[in-house]
Amino acid sequence: MLTYLLKRLTSLVISLLVASLVIFLVVEVAPGDPASFMLGLNAQPDTVAALRTELGLDVPRYARYFAWLSGMISGDFGMSYTYRTPVAQMIADRFWVSMPLSLMALALSTLIAFPAGLFAAARRGSAGDMGVMGTTQLGVAIPNFWFAMMLVLVFAINLRWFSAGGFPGWDDPLLALKALTLPAIALALPQAAILTRVMRSALLDILGEDFMRTARAKGLSARQAIWRHGLRNALIPVLTIIGLQFSFLLAGAIIIEQVFFLPGLGRLVFQAITQRDLIVVESVVMLLVFAVIVVNFAVDLTYAAVDPRLRART
Amino acid sequence: MTGSASSATPMLILDGVNVAFFGKTILKDVSLTLRRKEILALTGESGSGKSMTALAVMGLLPGRMRATGTLRLDGADLLSRTEAQMCRIRGNDIGMVFQEPMTALNPVQTIGDQVAETILIHSAANRRAARSRAAEVLARVGLPQDRFPLGRYPHELSGGQRQRVVIAMAIALRPKLLIADEPTTALDVTTQAQILDLLKSLVREEGMALLMITHDLAVVSDMADRIAVMQNGQVVETGPTRQLFARMEHPYTRQLFAASGHRASLPPQPSAARPLLEVHSVSRDYPLPRHIPFAPRQTFRAVDNVSFTLRAGERIGLVGESGCGKSTLTRAILGLEPVQEGQIALDGAPVFSHGRPNPEVRRKMQVVFQDPYGSFNPRHRVGKLITEPFHLLEKQPGAAERKDRIAQALSAVGLSPDDADKYIHAFSGGQRQRLAIARALIIRPELIIFDEAVSALDVRVRAQILDLMADLSRQYRLSYLFISHDLSVVRTITDRVLVMRQGKIVEDGPTGQVYTKPQHPYTRQLLDAAPRLPDIPPEMRHAPA
Amino acid sequence: MTLWYSRNLLLGATLSLFFVALALISFVWTPFDVESLNIGAKLKPPGASYWLGTDHFGRDVFSMIMVGARTSIAVALVAVGIGMGVGVPLGLTAAARKGGWLDEVIMRGNDLIFAFPSLVIAILITAIAGPGAINAIIAIGIFNIPVFARLTRGAALSLWEREFILAARVCGKSRTRISVEHILPNVTNLLIVQGTIQFSLGILAEAGLSYVGLGAQPPTPSWGRMLAEAQTMVSFAPHLALVPGLAIVLTVLGLNLMGDGLRDALDPRIRVTRT
Repeated sequence: MLTYLLKRLTSLVISLLVASLVIFLVVEVAPGDPASFMLGLNAQPDTVAALRTELGLDVPRYARYFAWLSGMISGDFGMSYTYRTPVAQMIADRFWVSMPLSLMALALSTLIAFPAGLFAAARRGSAGDMGVMGTTQLGVAIPNFWFAMMLVLVFAINLRWFSAGGFPGWDDPLLALKALTLPAIALALPQAAILTRVMRSALLDILGEDFMRTARAKGLSARQAIWRHGLRNALIPVLTIIGLQFSFLLAGAIIIEQVFFLPGLGRLVFQAITQRDLIVVESVVMLLVFAVIVVNFAVDLTYAAVDPRLRART
Repeated sequence: MTGSASSATPMLILDGVNVAFFGKTILKDVSLTLRRKEILALTGESGSGKSMTALAVMGLLPGRMRATGTLRLDGADLLSRTEAQMCRIRGNDIGMVFQEPMTALNPVQTIGDQVAETILIHSAANRRAARSRAAEVLARVGLPQDRFPLGRYPHELSGGQRQRVVIAMAIALRPKLLIADEPTTALDVTTQAQILDLLKSLVREEGMALLMITHDLAVVSDMADRIAVMQNGQVVETGPTRQLFARMEHPYTRQLFAASGHRASLPPQPSAARPLLEVHSVSRDYPLPRHIPFAPRQTFRAVDNVSFTLRAGERIGLVGESGCGKSTLTRAILGLEPVQEGQIALDGAPVFSHGRPNPEVRRKMQVVFQDPYGSFNPRHRVGKLITEPFHLLEKQPGAAERKDRIAQALSAVGLSPDDADKYIHAFSGGQRQRLAIARALIIRPELIIFDEAVSALDVRVRAQILDLMADLSRQYRLSYLFISHDLSVVRTITDRVLVMRQGKIVEDGPTGQVYTKPQHPYTRQLLDAAPRLPDIPPEMRHAPA
Repeated sequence: MTLWYSRNLLLGATLSLFFVALALISFVWTPFDVESLNIGAKLKPPGASYWLGTDHFGRDVFSMIMVGARTSIAVALVAVGIGMGVGVPLGLTAAARKGGWLDEVIMRGNDLIFAFPSLVIAILITAIAGPGAINAIIAIGIFNIPVFARLTRGAALSLWEREFILAARVCGKSRTRISVEHILPNVTNLLIVQGTIQFSLGILAEAGLSYVGLGAQPPTPSWGRMLAEAQTMVSFAPHLALVPGLAIVLTVLGLNLMGDGLRDALDPRIRVTRT
């Protein structure tokens, strides 16, 4: 178990380092000098030079990379080129919109998909199975942001159960959760459709395993055998997909924020792109990639909890 | 448990049991009886309906198959039971053991929980009582608590140990009937002997009835009180073991028996021939996975300082149990993997030179693998498949010569030249093994390596392929290296035997001598463990195969 | 059962081909010109002259759907091409060198790309090169690479264990040659099926990127941008949001049905990954 943990931890750190290097290099090749861009066409050369020094652009690349990296570790993401305020502060508030939204959607889609997949697999070939599979086929085809617009049309504009957008902040957690409910549903349902299909096919694969026949020979009914022996084994492939889904949910959250006018990372980053505030872009991208890598690390740990073979072998 | 009838009435009765599926007969009029403390062996080739009979008794036929007829366990009719009632019978009154111990256990649950589950399903016992009973049963099957605690997971056990766990699950509630479906087929011969002993003692001491399904007549004759021979879903002959072997009234029984003990007639071995394959002090190491990232890798020595010489025209057998290193050695000889120490040379030239396999050498050496279904690319036609070794030639033969040689090779193995245009799925397992031999023959090698080449075949087909091998060896003056776990097969097709254990060759001698006067204790152990066919009356020896 | 599968295939292929046909026809004919504005006819609901209505500039929605199909299909198709073109050789190489450093590098590279969702790649590209349809192609294409590389490697690895590959090696064939001659033909079914699925995912991703302004730019019509423009008008002109959304759903549904149908027709054991 310890060696497994150590191994995963090493690969986590390496992934983060490589990802940060890739992001840094990509942004570095961006044409144009942020300082001259910020000051406009008529800026004096010495003003530009002064700003370059202030922004830390006058040191060699590798030194800048290490400064950026060590800054991030201590929570200092640098200064926004546009607003001249610390990036960390700008990101922090936004992060607490996007991240809870993604996690809510993840929880919701898992809560829907597990029972639905189990139901369909247990009644394979029945009308119920066909119904679930048909619905998921449709769910997989729906773009989440369009689904979000339709939810707004029905529940906010026509029924007026929810407000059409905006975010009141976390001062009142209930209101905040309410504001995130429609976006989370819009995000979760298409993912739930995918996860249901994965769950069903993982269970059906397990049903063909020898140990399921052993379970029946012990006297378990078909349904008991699925519950006691199938579910935990099916969890292994399903977890992989959940890990992968998180990155889609995070990306999806950023898109869906646009539908609901949520002040999340999405709005921040799109603004920063138009203002060529590259340091903000860089930081947000790094944060997103960081979140994806860490969640997949967590999935790896869950694997080990589910599968004793992993704990022992590596 | 319900009050059982007197020991005179059979524990299990099958009377006229039929199973049909979409108009196809799976079982036809199967009638069997099995008494308490009795072992009934159900034997026959693959597809004969042995396993289906077992599943019919369990009420676990696949899909929507249904059995009709009479099926009674201890007087109670099983076919009229509902599924819920059957669940109470399975595991309680009937236990079942399967062929594949590696996959029969849930990989994410401890062995203790899996054995205790049988008890918890059927009795009012609490978890603690169930676990202590599980510990008892595991000890009974040879897995005592001090060495195999309940918290072990299946992957921490060997195949034989896992099979013991499966048996423990099956007998935890002392069922009236135990069904064992090829319980030792996937196991090594020494493990097989232990498991068979365990099953015998369970029947004797716990008073169960055992329905044992096996394709292996030698196992049958060792174990069973009575035998039923099945063919195409029907029981063709049944009777007490001795009596049945003495009479063998049905021709199919005679064929099976003759094929099981079949001896191919090898041409005499040329004397004082030149050395063809020389294996000199060869060792092969495998890197083990690292336990700590970036730590130096540990290695596992799969082949350890092995030397032997195969002379032209000689047929050598290489036997050993799984994991002994025989497959690794085979791959090294074929030049598929480099060796860490020693040399392998064919006709004086190294198999591996300057880190690359030597095509000169490969031309003289071909191989036939075990799996008749995995040995061919399903997307190519036979003509293309069996000419693949032409790649080793410096000059590719022209179209006419190519066609000629395909026809020759196919005829040599008893197939038709017209088969060249077919795809592989049109052929049976035995025919595919013939094609594999044709592929090996087509560039006229001097040495053919048979890697478990008849292990996946039914006995009658196996006998035919062994005869074909003997014929070809005579016709083309071929040398063979015959790798197998099956001692009886190696005996019939080799002049000399090497016995391998833990990467080393522990015994090397003429076949007759090794089998009659084994020198190494391990060889003796292997031979003792191997089940034997009863002596065949001479008039049966040459029954039509 | 077979009938049910082929029905899937038929329905899926019909839907997909319908949108492909719309895209192709749009090159020679559309009911109205999509670039000329006609404020007099703005925000008309679906009707006889404008089948699917008009937008706030009076442009014909049906014509825009036709031309938008072009963008969606082209972006998704090229992205699948990039993914396959790069990913399949990488996967084959990794499998042929299983356990070697090349395998390790390819697989770690894959893991790394998986940490960058298409949207993040698109954000990065747009930040340095400005917005455009090419960004979407590259972003989705890059993301497809590890999908195909992993799939190919996984399938190839199990094939490498098969005895017919050993037989080919005994015949002295090189790993590259075996990969092309024996492995590739045995993974094509898998690639066709996954390719269809990635195609449909590409259409969804393109729509998302255009919606947030990282994809096709005006005046190139695209389904995602039509939705972005429709958003403020959804309360009084819902058809502007409904129509492009349904176009996306139907195209993706068609491709998915086709993928499932193809799988069942070619080889029911194929497992696709859909994330």
